[in-house]
Amino acid sequence: MHELPQTLVSGLALGTLYGLIAIGYTMVYGIVQLINFAHGEIVMIGGFGALTVRLWLPDTVPLTAALPLMLLGGALTSVAVATAAERFAYRPLRDAPRLAPLITAIGLSIALQQLVWAFYPDAKKSRSFPQFHGDAFELTGNVHLQRDDVFVLVAAPLCMLALGLFVAKSRTGRAMQATAQDPDTARLMGIDTDRIIVLAFAIGGAFAAVAAVAQGLRAGQINFEMGFILGLKAFTAAVLGGIGNIYGAMLGGVVLGIAETASTTYIQHIPGMQQLGGGGWKDVWAFVLLIVVLLVRPQGLLGERVADRA
Amino acid sequence: MTALLEVEDLHVAYGKIEAVKGISFTVDTGQIVTLIGTNGAGKTTTLRTLSGLLTPRSGTIRFDGRPLHGIPAHRVVALGLAHSPEGRHIFPRLTIAENLQLGAFLRKDGDGIAHDIRHVYELFPILGERARQAAGTLSGGEQQMLAMGRALMSRPKLLMLDEPSMGLSPIVMQKIMDTIAELKASGTTILLVEQNAQAALGLADRGHVMETGRIVLSGTGAELLHDESVRKAYLGED
Repeated sequence: MHELPQTLVSGLALGTLYGLIAIGYTMVYGIVQLINFAHGEIVMIGGFGALTVRLWLPDTVPLTAALPLMLLGGALTSVAVATAAERFAYRPLRDAPRLAPLITAIGLSIALQQLVWAFYPDAKKSRSFPQFHGDAFELTGNVHLQRDDVFVLVAAPLCMLALGLFVAKSRTGRAMQATAQDPDTARLMGIDTDRIIVLAFAIGGAFAAVAAVAQGLRAGQINFEMGFILGLKAFTAAVLGGIGNIYGAMLGGVVLGIAETASTTYIQHIPGMQQLGGGGWKDVWAFVLLIVVLLVRPQGLLGERVADRA
Repeated sequence: MTALLEVEDLHVAYGKIEAVKGISFTVDTGQIVTLIGTNGAGKTTTLRTLSGLLTPRSGTIRFDGRPLHGIPAHRVVALGLAHSPEGRHIFPRLTIAENLQLGAFLRKDGDGIAHDIRHVYELFPILGERARQAAGTLSGGEQQMLAMGRALMSRPKLLMLDEPSMGLSPIVMQKIMDTIAELKASGTTILLVEQNAQAALGLADRGHVMETGRIVLSGTGAELLHDESVRKAYLGED
């Protein structure tokens, strides 16, 4: 049991990262019932946007000072690509059968990977991402917090707080809720639902860029394929938490992150399961968790049963 | 006096199936005009076309002196046309107060909005008592009151009500009909779609009977109420 605090801290850092990406899936799904399978690539693009800014800045600028500009650059890139995808790939298909935008998303995802692979300098292999130097912080006796994880643990709650206030309190946020609940009626109120949809993609893009920077810091590198598994995990988190619910997305991410970390910590100690507890198995346990939760609660942890339309 | 709403030879289709086949009617300021008819007659399609949710195949709609053609739904309400849709369609997970504020989404006059919300609470006191409650928890009749109140919040020149009595108990239905009469008395122009022909014609200045996409009979409310064929077809008399 003495590993528990460390598992929670590491799991929380990983989980909030998943949660930030899961927000993008859940916002878009909540408003247009589309799973944007290219969202992982929006994360990846944001990582490269942030890296580009770092490379433009002189080496003498410390990482702490560069970070806000990197976030800005990453967010601008992600938001631009996400909103362009909405406008030119998904919007023309809004009245098409469900399968059409789904296949488009997969195609878009491959196209974005290949574009970065082909045109970003030296992106055919991983590019190194700046990291904070120095030892991990010692929280208590045996519990350590990696320097590079501090970023996501600060950024994710701030992002959630801002989003929560925006959705609940602002006029546009309320228009967003109305559009998610009943798009036709939202238009009757005078809400330009096309604008709200663009906004959902944009917010997802901005959060994706924050996650990309967090991932770059943690791993010390980014590559054109990184969006695939991150996207898959975050999608899992969104479903786990109850797709369409922003707090569910973050909760799902945290649960998934902790479960994944716990699987590598504990399963190896279970007699007879030693070989199932390695790092290579953590993805398996993540999806096992998803299956179990969906068996018990098909609508996800915070999801609502969609039956309240009279 | 010119008409507030003029619909001329309106055709609306879903794909190849024409749901509205060339209807014409007008609504004058201060009037209640009702479209009655059975399910599938094209009444709801007509309202959804007027508010911009559907695009007509042909025909003209003039509202307050200007053509409505090609104006997207979210701009139509700004011109003064409010639509309380069939099935109420309140926002279930927002509170009653938030639903009403959304009805005034395009208005910037905070004081005026607050005043109008109080007015809705006077019309329907139950809404005021439950202002902070999620709208999905209201009963059907209360949801209908909310849908009407929300439509009024845009201060419309023309209020379109689609089946406000649908699924309501006789007592609640009477309350809704009384409110419609009150709204007319205070000068609101109303286009009322109803299956309950008796109640609708009792209130209306003019009525139009729709059947399979066409207007088959028009007259004043009283004329239609006493019309032999209307009594047979819609009022359940032999």
